[in-house]
Amino acid sequence: MINSFLANLDTALLYVFALSAFAGAALMLVLRHPMQVAMALISTMVFLGGIYGLLGVHFIAAFQVLIYVSAVMVFMVYVIMLLDVRDVSFTHRFSRWLFPGIAFGTLLFAALGYGLVLGIDRLATTSVSFGLAQFSAAFLSEYWLQFELTSVLLVAAVVAALAVIKGSRRRDRG
Amino acid sequence: MDRMQILLLLAMALFALGLIGVIVRRNLLVMLMCMELMLNGVNLSLVTFAQQTGTSAGAVLVFLIFVVAAAEIAIAIPIVLVLVHQRRTLDADAYMDLNG
Repeated sequence: MINSFLANLDTALLYVFALSAFAGAALMLVLRHPMQVAMALISTMVFLGGIYGLLGVHFIAAFQVLIYVSAVMVFMVYVIMLLDVRDVSFTHRFSRWLFPGIAFGTLLFAALGYGLVLGIDRLATTSVSFGLAQFSAAFLSEYWLQFELTSVLLVAAVVAALAVIKGSRRRDRG
Repeated sequence: MDRMQILLLLAMALFALGLIGVIVRRNLLVMLMCMELMLNGVNLSLVTFAQQTGTSAGAVLVFLIFVVAAAEIAIAIPIVLVLVHQRRTLDADAYMDLNG
């Protein structure tokens, strides 16, 4: 019995992680303080990293934690602490688009789910896993142009961030 | 339902929840975080498809999305800082005059 339990452990863990990630995402919609929302998002990202690990793509799991949780969310938490503004968005969480937004999101989910049900037979189930070596070779031989383009995008984002800050300073002075 | 369908369903749910969050919430930072949630949903679907077909193209795309998410945060946070510096509020409704 314990052997069958261990054989199904990764599937059970996958379901637990999926449920937890969904719960974290749902909590993001209802929590009041931005810091609580950030914590819910971080938990969702960590559970998604666990799902990636269970799927066998360990390097993406590592980068999910390193880039998303460490870099992006630490930056976000820092800004939340910097801008602790208790304004009307704190007392009234939802905009006047509450019901149209929920209706639109539910409609989108239903349409996507319908597409999934329609396309289930066409999903190829090879499940041939690929390793880090195959990924790295493909990344730097076939996709080097996209890689360079994203580095250009990063430089452009940094320059744009500097321009935004400088422009606002000039307006303050003038 | 097998694992792949569960994961695709979760990816759709994450994307839809993120979209609802962007529309429904008023706080600018919460809206930004909901956009991150949408990117995470897309990432999950890409990894699931890449794992299913055994090709690495999906994983490469996930890496590029990581970089794009970092760039998005790097440019969005200074804009939010400038906006809050001028109006002293994080409420998206306070910036209604920005629409075209």
